[in-house]
Amino acid sequence: MAETRYINGIQQALLEEMADDSTIRVMGEDVTFGGPFGATKGLVEAYGESRVINTPISEATIVGMAVGAAITGLRPVLEIMFVDFITLGMDQLVNHAAKLHYMTGGQLEVPLTIRATCGVGGGYGAHHSQSLEAWFSHVPGLKVVAPYTPADAKALLKSSIRDNNTVLFLEHRGLYWTRGEELAEHEQVALGEAVVRRAGKDITILGVSKMVGTALKAAEQLAEHGIEAEVIDPRTLAPLDLDTIVSSVKRTGHLVIAHEAVETGGIGAEIAARVQEAAFNELAAPVMRVGAPFSPVPTSIALEKEFVPGPEQVIEAVRRSIAYNRVA
Amino acid sequence: MRTLTYGQAMVEGLRELLESDDRIHIMGQYFLGLTPQRALVGELAAEHPDRFYYPPIAELGYLGTAIGAAMTGMRPIVDLATASFMFQAWAQITEEMANIHYMSDGQTKVPMVFHFNHGIRGGGAAQHSHSPQAMLWNTPGMEIMLPSTPYDVKGLLKTAASTDNPTAWGDHVKLFMMEGEVPEEDYAIPFGVADIKREGSDVTIVATSLMVQRSLAAAGKLASEGISVEIVDPRTIVPLDEAAILESVAKTGRLVVVDECHRSCGVGAEFSAIVAEKAFGYLKSPIRRVVTEDVPIPFSPPMEEYVEPTEAKIIQAVKEVID
Amino acid sequence: MLPKLSGEQVLEQLRLAIVIRRFEEELIKLAGSRDIGHFHVYIGQEMTGVPALYLLERGDLSFTTHRNHGHLLARGVPASQMYAEILGKETGMMGGRGGTLHLCSMEHGFPTTSSAVGGATPLATGAAFGFQRLGQDRVSVCLFGDGALEEGSWHESINIAAMEKLPVIYLCENNSLEALGQKAGEYPSSTLAAVDLIDLVTPFGVPTIQIDGCDAGAVHAAMGEALHRARSGGGATFIEARTVRWPGNRPIWPELSTGETNFAMAWDSSLVPTEYREWHAEQDAVLRFIREILAEGLIEPEAILAMDAEVSAEMKEAVEFALASNYPPAAAAMEKVLA
Repeated sequence: MAETRYINGIQQALLEEMADDSTIRVMGEDVTFGGPFGATKGLVEAYGESRVINTPISEATIVGMAVGAAITGLRPVLEIMFVDFITLGMDQLVNHAAKLHYMTGGQLEVPLTIRATCGVGGGYGAHHSQSLEAWFSHVPGLKVVAPYTPADAKALLKSSIRDNNTVLFLEHRGLYWTRGEELAEHEQVALGEAVVRRAGKDITILGVSKMVGTALKAAEQLAEHGIEAEVIDPRTLAPLDLDTIVSSVKRTGHLVIAHEAVETGGIGAEIAARVQEAAFNELAAPVMRVGAPFSPVPTSIALEKEFVPGPEQVIEAVRRSIAYNRVA
Repeated sequence: MRTLTYGQAMVEGLRELLESDDRIHIMGQYFLGLTPQRALVGELAAEHPDRFYYPPIAELGYLGTAIGAAMTGMRPIVDLATASFMFQAWAQITEEMANIHYMSDGQTKVPMVFHFNHGIRGGGAAQHSHSPQAMLWNTPGMEIMLPSTPYDVKGLLKTAASTDNPTAWGDHVKLFMMEGEVPEEDYAIPFGVADIKREGSDVTIVATSLMVQRSLAAAGKLASEGISVEIVDPRTIVPLDEAAILESVAKTGRLVVVDECHRSCGVGAEFSAIVAEKAFGYLKSPIRRVVTEDVPIPFSPPMEEYVEPTEAKIIQAVKEVID
Repeated sequence: MLPKLSGEQVLEQLRLAIVIRRFEEELIKLAGSRDIGHFHVYIGQEMTGVPALYLLERGDLSFTTHRNHGHLLARGVPASQMYAEILGKETGMMGGRGGTLHLCSMEHGFPTTSSAVGGATPLATGAAFGFQRLGQDRVSVCLFGDGALEEGSWHESINIAAMEKLPVIYLCENNSLEALGQKAGEYPSSTLAAVDLIDLVTPFGVPTIQIDGCDAGAVHAAMGEALHRARSGGGATFIEARTVRWPGNRPIWPELSTGETNFAMAWDSSLVPTEYREWHAEQDAVLRFIREILAEGLIEPEAILAMDAEVSAEMKEAVEFALASNYPPAAAAMEKVLA
């Protein structure tokens, strides 16, 4: 099958969905020019400035505008250049986008997709590198999607746009230029479905976004030492596909969760809390979390490396889990 | 010892701070919300008019103003009123306030306290009932205090105002009328030291803020059924007294987390994950969470009660972990 | 017009301007060979930052934005430490925790750089609030681009500053004069309905001054007036310093499109190339400053070249220092989260 890049998966999803649905509007800072990474390249040429709209640097208002447009019949796809900037639009997101459907007793729907770049890489520092999925997953009424492969980026963006809720679509900057198989024609991926990226019987490793790759690398190295790890990519963090995770853990008895976000209060805490409850008897060892330290994101490339957990940290957690002796 | 209400203890703490440290200034006036005791704050403002600032309805602007002022050596105590309004100021809190010390390699300090009233206060519905402390906990760079008694609020406030870090101070409106012993003499409660609010042997409950009181009520009823509950109140979640929680679980072998944040990625999730990892070998049964369900807070009273952590739910969860 | 200062002081400003120009040129060259993250250079705006910040006193604070290098250099932050920080080395001012986007030097009155557009306007307002309420004779300067006026934080901040008569100066460096909106492949420009930026200020009753940001004398006079107002209890001032955008700042990543500056172009027009002629002959603020200095006879052309050679050597040394410096121990990433 042909290969494509992650960024092209996103671009293709936007082009195709806009062709199918005239209510879609792509909005954001610099989107007509393609955005900082080129995800919206070609859209204005294909659909014109009435459907591809540059906004001022006014995050609070553009999130609110997109919500307003969404409740009145449009299907906006808003680009927030860096997920960190959504902090400025947080009130519109948390108090409005997420709650309008509920507060109106279901009278309103907010079919809004917010695409945002996240993650560490390239020395962007504390204001342009965060992974904030736990915040969004904590807010009832929002869906949170974090694809890892180019095919998933395309399929899940299409599903997000078609969803009648507000979806945070989180694109790790370090994945944009990675290659992978193209999405097969007519293939769809529903929100809320995890996928097993690698089968294994000894331990389950769950990776979020780019950390799926880290987990896969760790699994390869572990295989050389006779440990067969199963790697799960949840793909959607809210709603979370707990069944896939729990059924894997029930087979392997071990779980390591790896994400790039700060470990404390991260999505890993939620997964650990749920799994220890759902698979308490099957767990041979405590659920281990591998996440960023309790610190803002540093800028120096040397410090970035320490901040982002790598395969070594995952392997170390796997070894601790396997070595654990549960006293009955 | 004399008895004060939570509101009185809080305002006494603010008054003593204003009198003992002229770097302390207060912004905002809704420390006690719109509760009957709010007049106490008004009286304090009348005593110190030059130390109170009433900002416009501009959370982003005035919270940021406080951050900037803190860099100059002022020690502002800012009130954001209802916690849900914090999202208007979110960028200043999470991007500026929390990061500046780190980004500046410690050159720039932000010694401020910002206060908010969190939680389900009754009829607040979706936009006035938030408990944002979990999201703040996922944001390194600030200390977070969540007092549950008159004694604790005054003692923790003293520490908050004396450290060089920004402190998030979450109160619950439903605590303000509660009475408790508060000594006449000056005292401070160090951060990162949990308080065992009730000793017990069968089940540990970890809770903060109003949920400590609700858990105490539940524990009282459970005691009459012969179930002994230990209640650990961390009082601050940054820094967190992990050892106290783990020690209690090592003793009881069972944990119920009671927390008013929404379930997913809530403060309760982090407590649960820590214990599931670090005290796994002591656990006789899975950790249960009694938390606010993952829905926006509904207005209607029966629906509100349905989604929030109630005494009945706490009692049920304790019984479940024992079975 | 030259600032109304002694010849010695004017020449000190010239040196600072050359420092900034050479610093940024070396940085662009350095960035060509390594990944240092997204950075923004101050070329073309030197004659705003240098005279504006020259008038500050020790204790005054400046809050700056992503285009911050020139501001820190104008206040004397050593280039070596700045390069080291931009490269993420342990010898940088913040030990690699902040980088170009968050440069800070308390010693020089820079408490933080917010790289969130509009992030610093409340902070600068707050510093002024602190000065006023603590009874300190200090001034807060908020440096930002035209884009920050698109953020709600701006409106909230100036409202507070106006009502409280805070000692703050909002210095808006508008480098989007010739362009409204986004041109294909270029760095974004203003997306504001207000064509004249001071129209966003007048409703608040804050005095405004609109100046040519390449006119050092005008910048000096405007800042003098604003500082006097701030220090005498008169409250805030808004200054719009208008500059033409340096062609090398048009792409998303800065490029040395006009080449390394040959300062001799100021007095020898035969050296001016046909490409970017308008920039070199008319728009480059540093060349214009040099022409004004020469017209006043403050210095000989040869001495300017000597000054430049000295500065250029210093910059190369500073780059070498930064390159030779170690990265911080990686575990330092965990430190200084809290005081």
